Amino acid sequence: MTLRERLHPDLVAGIRAAGPIVIGIIPFALVTGITAIGAGLTVAEAVGMSVIVFAGASQLAAIDLIGSNASFIVVVGTAVVINIRMIMYSASIAPYFQPFSLRIRGLAAYVLTDQAYAMSVAEYETNDQRHRLWYYVGIAATLWVVWQIGTVVGAVLGASVPDSLGLDFALPLVFIALLVPAMKDAGTTTAGVVAGIAALGVASVGVPLNFDLPIAAVIGILSGVAVDAWRNV
Amino acid sequence: MTEWSHGGIWAAIAGIGICTYAIRLSFIYLFGRIDSVPPRIRHVLRYVPAAVLAALVVPSVVTVQPTVGETLLDDRLIAGTIATLVAWRTGDIFYTIVVGMSALWVIRFGPSLIG
Repeated sequence: MTLRERLHPDLVAGIRAAGPIVIGIIPFALVTGITAIGAGLTVAEAVGMSVIVFAGASQLAAIDLIGSNASFIVVVGTAVVINIRMIMYSASIAPYFQPFSLRIRGLAAYVLTDQAYAMSVAEYETNDQRHRLWYYVGIAATLWVVWQIGTVVGAVLGASVPDSLGLDFALPLVFIALLVPAMKDAGTTTAGVVAGIAALGVASVGVPLNFDLPIAAVIGILSGVAVDAWRNV
Repeated sequence: MTEWSHGGIWAAIAGIGICTYAIRLSFIYLFGRIDSVPPRIRHVLRYVPAAVLAALVVPSVVTVQPTVGETLLDDRLIAGTIATLVAWRTGDIFYTIVVGMSALWVIRFGPSLIG
């Protein structure tokens, strides 16, 4: 038996389904590794963060804020707020994982990401025959492996990239690529636009300990809530 | 370069990691006792990604200068605007990075290559 025949067919299907997303993950992971080194983290810290946190946008935000000497509470708070969206994924995918042991569910939770969640639930809803766990693991574990390798390569490269290339600019570019699709209707667009303007405004006033980011984000969220409330009157 | 200590960085990694894992595990663990996110919380969570990401992006792309002209002609702002258009049209993270970085390099190094 070849290795492939020994693997569960739905695990293989999951690994294959992950293929196209991997292309998008690689530059994201490289940028995370490179900017971590640029901000002053060691290779071990960059890789440790990828293994322990394993959530790209929050890692980049933490790296960005550590690099600008923000306070501990702002760094951790911002990263955690960015990941709060995953509570929705956890709630949405939970019924499919219910038959499995707590240990298995605990491991499945560790590799829960936007992509693994979205692709698995879309597949469960259209294909009842798919093995819930194996298909999910195929996608999630593939992304995990690619993310770790990409961060290591980026961190090792990061030490040898000249500053004049401005590679730190790749960080806001990744955020732009995540931000644009997040502004999908009037409410979320308002939240984004207002938070962006507020971030400039608050920064120019000079708020201590880099609290400008959470303040701007809260102003943006409240504006989004207000716009949707007003539109639904 | 950061002035953070290595102990501080590891503490932040641990803090973010533990909280993020708790978020991921939450309903996967609780299912059967609480089955879904309360509608009120769900409603506010909708706006979080757009607001937080915008608050991160804008200050790192826009540098406020004494005049409007200087502010708008900044290389990062122009490259960032081009990247935003690419992100909007393609929805692709890879193209966004490649076009945005290329635009920055063309603006930054292009003139000296020609002149």
